[in-house]
Amino acid sequence: MSSSDPDERFRESLRCWLEENCPPSMRTPMGGEEDEVWGGSRGVFASPDQRLWLERMAARGFTAPTWPVEYGGAGLTPAQAGLLEEELRRLGCRPPLHSLGLWMLGPVLLRFGGEAQKRRHLPLIARGAVRWCQGYSEPEAGSDLAGVRTRAVLEGDHYVVSGQKTWTSHAAVSDWMFCLVRTGADSARHEGLGFLLVDLSSPGVDVRPIRLISGESPFCETFFDDVRVPVENLVGQPGQGWKIAMSLLEYERAWISRLGDSDFVREEPLEVLARRYLGEERGQLRDAVLRDRIAQVDMDRLCNASAVRHAVEAMEAGRGLGPESSALKLQAMELRQRWRELKVELAGFQGLGWEGPGFSLEELRLTRDWLRSRANSIEGGTSEIHLNIIARRVLGLPD
Amino acid sequence: MGLLETTEQESLRETARRFVRERMPLSHLRQLRDSGSPDGMSRDTWRELAALGLAGITIPVSHGGMGLGWTELGIVLEECGRTLAPTPMMSTGVLGTSALMLGGTSSQLRSWLRPIASGEKLLAVAHDEGSRHAPYNVETRANLGPDGYRLQGEKVLVLDGHVADALVVVARTSGSPGEREGLTLFLVPAQAPGLQVTRTLLVDSRNAARVRLDEVLATPEDILGTLDRGAEVLDPLLDRARVALSAEMLGGLSEAFERTLTQLKTRRQFGVPIGSFQALKHRAARMHCEVSLSRAIVTEALHAIDEDRSNVPLLASAAKARASDTFLHVANEAIQLHGGMGVTDACDIGLFLKRARVAAMTFGDGAFHRDHFARLRGY
Repeated sequence: MSSSDPDERFRESLRCWLEENCPPSMRTPMGGEEDEVWGGSRGVFASPDQRLWLERMAARGFTAPTWPVEYGGAGLTPAQAGLLEEELRRLGCRPPLHSLGLWMLGPVLLRFGGEAQKRRHLPLIARGAVRWCQGYSEPEAGSDLAGVRTRAVLEGDHYVVSGQKTWTSHAAVSDWMFCLVRTGADSARHEGLGFLLVDLSSPGVDVRPIRLISGESPFCETFFDDVRVPVENLVGQPGQGWKIAMSLLEYERAWISRLGDSDFVREEPLEVLARRYLGEERGQLRDAVLRDRIAQVDMDRLCNASAVRHAVEAMEAGRGLGPESSALKLQAMELRQRWRELKVELAGFQGLGWEGPGFSLEELRLTRDWLRSRANSIEGGTSEIHLNIIARRVLGLPD
Repeated sequence: MGLLETTEQESLRETARRFVRERMPLSHLRQLRDSGSPDGMSRDTWRELAALGLAGITIPVSHGGMGLGWTELGIVLEECGRTLAPTPMMSTGVLGTSALMLGGTSSQLRSWLRPIASGEKLLAVAHDEGSRHAPYNVETRANLGPDGYRLQGEKVLVLDGHVADALVVVARTSGSPGEREGLTLFLVPAQAPGLQVTRTLLVDSRNAARVRLDEVLATPEDILGTLDRGAEVLDPLLDRARVALSAEMLGGLSEAFERTLTQLKTRRQFGVPIGSFQALKHRAARMHCEVSLSRAIVTEALHAIDEDRSNVPLLASAAKARASDTFLHVANEAIQLHGGMGVTDACDIGLFLKRARVAAMTFGDGAFHRDHFARLRGY
């Protein structure tokens, strides 16, 4: 049975291909972090199916559906990519690859990168062969990115990079870093920046994990001591770094906002947790105040999901998201914090464990996830920075 | 169907916006209020609105309407909400029309839909009785006698009750207050003996009446929906009303927010525009986020009705709670940021706060809907 509508025919062909190629174990809900595939030379697969699913999707270009075929994509139109996403969701397929390269660097290289850069890096990203991390923040330049001090001095056909990056998520397990460096004079805050691609295996790179209040170390400090980076690794022109970095941040915020929702989907719903810890009376949770707060978070989550869907549609229709991405990021992250906090509160004494006996693994996870979530309104730009961006660039309020 | 507006919808918005701005600006509400207009609305302006097709947006073309969807109705309501336009859009265009379309017999449809679409007839729905929205807490009784049903009871906050040509009355034909079963909807003409309608003057200067039913006679032909199973009409009716009112509130809160932004950009203190102060900027930015979330969920809920999705009740509650809370928050902030002028009657911004308070309470406020939502989700 085939339809005469080309969209429907395409959808049917996608459906057939996915039915045939997505391993059944990759159609189950995601569990913990081990269910995420991040790729890269140090990446590990938790199961043969994870590897198979990534290989098959990458071979069709479906990890980067809208990228041109010659760069490892499938060359789909945004509308076709939307159909693919719908079919993936319908079948309950897991994302084959999580990647900053796919979500953030790729779109930027497509827009600002040279032909050689695209050919070299994009296919590796699409296959998950190289894992990228983001080197923006520095000890003196957290949310104030224009304060970047890491220097890249041109010597012949190399930049010599010295300085320190901080809060580089997962740098210790990444292969390459895209970063902001100062290629020009210190005085020109925004103008003197360059967007540089650095191979983390280069001599002079030192990566040290930072321990957080949650006890974990997803973030790292990265030190550059006279690291030699070939000049062809600069994206765009030497002074264009700021513009490129800002464009990338819009992709980042959109991605963070969507991510915020995917966690809600894959974790146990609040009411299930609540029923376990609070108990019920006449079919209702026993604590009326907490019940009200659960409903508030649930509703806000619906609002947020609608806002993100709206934004995604606007982007797919070719309208840039622009500074509105700040509102999405801010809302999604603050909602996530309230959600994490509520979970710990619902668990009561069982939400206070750090390690050892008396607590289930899930309960220990709850406590640490709550602590980890305090960073949500700091990383990717503090809430205050995003409020400033919204005030100035969305609302046009004066400086 | 996508959430982005189509070209047709944009042009409908343009039509509605132009009409409302020209014929029902905020001064229209003030004029009705200050002149002590007994109707609290202008029937002439309503007929003009109807002539543009806007009174019967969701009414099928075969009954004289435009045959469009809730997304389109929401667009018009949002524009009406921007100037707090006192129209029977909610009472007749939303409540009355939906009650008919959800439960009306073909003869009821034939006699009512066309005159509604043309702006000739108005309807009201009388449901609430207590001091808060509580759909099943109905004490009004309809007892079957030899000549038909005798309706006895009192209703409050009946939108446009005093100008309506007929009232849809929710009464109890069996069961006891609080139960979902046992409700029946009756379509009662305004001239029915024993029906006493008193207009109440509310803080927002819009129209709501108290209704007393004293042995009002109704026949089985006056029933909308099924005997004892009126909740099957009332539930979706209220959900639609919640979404529609949220769309109207979206207009009001957007307008209040935009007026506040203008104030922040133009009002100068200490030699600079007050909008340059970070403390105020951040408050404005937070409001913007809330406004965007309201817009997102209201749009989603309107689409859900059009697509007949099963999660309409959940979305309706989420939309109404969000719109109610945001409207109140934005209106309070708007007054604060307008400073002393904000608390004067001469300044329009206070009208939005008054409207926010009434609209939030109508069909359930944030607290009601969090409870309702939790019930729907089974916790």
